[in-house]
Parts: sequence; structure tokens; C-alpha cells
Amino acid sequence: MVDAGPKIKIMPGAEADLSAATYQIFNETHTLGNALRWMLMKNPKVEFCGYSAPHPSENLIQLRIQMYDNLSSLSALLKALDDLETLYVSIEDAYKASLENDKYEMWEERS
Amino acid sequence: MASASSAQFDPRIHVGVGAERVTHVSSTDYPGVYPDDDHAWDLARFKQRLAVAVKRLSNRSIEFDIVGVDASIANSLRRVLIAEVPSVAIEFVYVWNNTSVMADEVFAHRLGLVPLNVDPALMESKETPSAQATDRNTLVFKLRVACTRKPPPLRRAPPPPDAVFPGADDDELYEHAAVRARDLLWVPQGEQEVVFARAHPAPTNGDIVLVKLRPGQEIELEAHAIKGVGMDHAKFSPVATASYRLLPHIALNPSNPIPPRLADKFASCFAPGVIRVDPRTKAVSVDPRAVRSDTVSREVLRHPEFEGCVQLARVRDHFIFNVETESAYEPQRLPFEAIRIMRHKIATLRAAAAALLAGTGADAEAGGDVQMAGT
Repeated sequence: MVDAGPKIKIMPGAEADLSAATYQIFNETHTLGNALRWMLMKNPKVEFCGYSAPHPSENLIQLRIQMYDNLSSLSALLKALDDLETLYVSIEDAYKASLENDKYEMWEERS
Repeated sequence: MASASSAQFDPRIHVGVGAERVTHVSSTDYPGVYPDDDHAWDLARFKQRLAVAVKRLSNRSIEFDIVGVDASIANSLRRVLIAEVPSVAIEFVYVWNNTSVMADEVFAHRLGLVPLNVDPALMESKETPSAQATDRNTLVFKLRVACTRKPPPLRRAPPPPDAVFPGADDDELYEHAAVRARDLLWVPQGEQEVVFARAHPAPTNGDIVLVKLRPGQEIELEAHAIKGVGMDHAKFSPVATASYRLLPHIALNPSNPIPPRLADKFASCFAPGVIRVDPRTKAVSVDPRAVRSDTVSREVLRHPEFEGCVQLARVRDHFIFNVETESAYEPQRLPFEAIRIMRHKIATLRAAAAALLAGTGADAEAGGDVQMAGT
């Protein structure tokens, strides 16, 4: 199910300064792909971002990033990953606070 | 909050629900979409809008709201819950004897679907399916059942002739007429007696009927349970369902109010309690707390007399999650597990991307080109 090998590769055709590049991300699906695409699109320096899962028999996604001002798409990817991390941490903190402090209906279910 | 339940329809925050189509489906909160709005990622602003609220909790299910996130984030949590939060299930079955009417492979498949009460955190995953089984990654269950006739003195009187299912008294006539989940007996290996001291591994529900037997039939087998994920096989999915829906929104048109004589008919177009009708003035309003139970059936759009009175919608960033589980996880623990796995995915990719950045930097200094894949 999980293939050994590199986690991420740059596909042929990328700009030399990586201002536009398509990344192959292995052993990932829409789960991470769509969230990452959204976070990259929140970056004003990103001209275009899209992702695809090319074929169900290949366990990878392809992420296309094009930048304004010849900036590095790889740096934008790293920034998006950091921001996504803080986003999930915020959700976790908010959920934990609600679970511990909020009043909610408790009930017993027969299984 | 912007989603006050009868505020006017706003295509930036609402998904429109028409009689035959939905409108304004995609989110538009990206930089450059609106001249007056920034929409660049800003953690402080995100936290301000973010609201997570647990609404209902039972021993088997949880309902909670996440407000202020994009569908891609909500969907990632849903997908991880279904396919990537690990759980323990029977994977290998070694059948020594099976004279029941059910074929070995069918029975083995049924065994795999039985939910076990084993906390996956106490076990390791097998690196590969053929990896050596150890006491860290494999639980052993034995099943040895033979059906016999109970001695005649214990038999009750024959069932009355009007009994709907004369065979329903199998358990009184026969010993072990049904093999149930509780007949799976755990055989501790190595250090497992200590590791699983708090709760001995067993099916969460002992009453599940695995197969039915008749006198003379017997089953003897050994079953090995391992830790796996739902993307491998649905039996490893820790959730029975993990789904979300968007908060319904009913926007009444103030310039086109419901006539008092039609107020009750209008209210009956929605789920009970969603529309409040003032008993004296017959004025119609939306109950902000009950609106989440509306089904958005669009019944109101079928009646020409209500045309232009109401706009049905859903709030695009208000997700009502419903998660049910039959696994060893308590339902309130599942969102933590989902977020932990998402963070692990992000950390793995981040490390690889950072290594790639370091690699391309070194190449550029040496006058080399970017490392290309597949060339």
C-alpha cells in the first residue's frame, strides 16, 4: 500500500528558479491535496495552484504551483505546510476547550 | 455571528438552495477575489472566526460543529476518520476444522468485520503484510465450538402451533446452535497479559451471531488480529459513519411577509419547530436554535403563494459533524486522532520538502539544474 521512495519530486518542465513547478507527492490523496491547495491559494503571492490525483492505481497526487514575481514555489509550499499545521492545532485547541468546558447533551446508546 | 438564522442571503457566506439547483457553491475567500477584502491567510483572523462546539455526546457517537473552516479542511478530517485512523481487526484466520454450512473464506470474512475493543495505541502496525507476527503487532483468538443436542429432560414443551418462528427455540434444543462473537477467546502472547491488563481483548459486542450450527457440526480455528487502516479494508475503519452537513439557513424576505392566513401552512413546509408562528399576530419567524434540524426539503418552493417570500440556503463554513463509532475509540477521542494523523502527514511532507529545498539550493550553487523526476 505504501511505496518506499521519495515523498516528493519535482516533475519535468519546472522553471529553473521554481517560480512555476508541478510536484508529485507520493502516498497522499485528496485528504492532504485539497487542504494544501486551499492553503496555497490563500497566499497572495501564488498566481495559480491546483492539484490532481491522476490515476487511482498510482498512489500519488500532483500539485501545480505558479508564483508571482519569480518567487519560489517550494518556499510557498513550505509556508503553506506550516500554516496548515497551525490551522489544525487551532482546531484541536478549540475542540479540546469545547469538550472540557461546554455544556452539551450526554446520552447513553445501546450498541 | 454572520449566520444569524434569518439574515438576508449573502452569496459570500451562503450556498443557495433553489427548487432545481444549488447556487454559489464554491468558496470565494481567496486573495484577489474581492477588491475590498484581503482574504490572505491570517492565523489571528482565522482563530477569531473559528468556533468548535460539541453538541451531543454518547458512548457511541458525537455531534459537533466546526465553524469558520473551508470545506477542504472539514473534508480532510472526515476522510482521515474513515480511511486513516487505525483500528484493530481480525486479518488472518487459520481454520483447523469447519463442518458448518458456511465456507471457510466467507466465515473468515465475517470474523474480520467483528469490531474489537482493543485500543490501537497499544499495538504496532505490521511493516508489511508478510512481516513476522510478534506479541506487539498480533493478537491471537481461538474459536472452538461444537453444536450438540441438549439432553431431553431439559427440553421445553414443543412450541405452540401459532408460533411464527418454530425454529426460534434453537438455543433450548441445542448447545451452541449459534456461534457468537463472545465465543472468540483471546490467547495472550508474550507480554500481552500485562499490556492489555486493563481490558482484555474481545469483541465490543458479544451477541453478534457469526454462524449457526446444527448438532454434529463444529468449528475450530485460530484468528490473528492486526492493526490496520480503513483505506486497506473498511473493517479497519474506526467509524461507523463520519459525515458532515452544512447548517441550514432560512432567509425570510422582509418586503414580502407571509400572509397571516398562510402562516401555519408555511410553518408546515419545514421540519417541526423550525418556523415559529406568533399565536396572536400570526407573524412568522425562524427559530435560530431549531434551524439546524431542518432538512432543507425545499417543500416551501413547491407552493406558488410563497414565491419570493423565502430564500433557502446553507452556511458555507458551518459544518455539523456526526461521527458514530463501534470501535475501541471513545467517540470524543476520534477528532483528536484525526488531527494527530493530519499533523503527522504535514510533518512528513514538510521534512521531505525542506530536504528538497536544501537539495535544489546545493545543486544551484554547483551550477547544476533542478533535479527532475522521471527524466
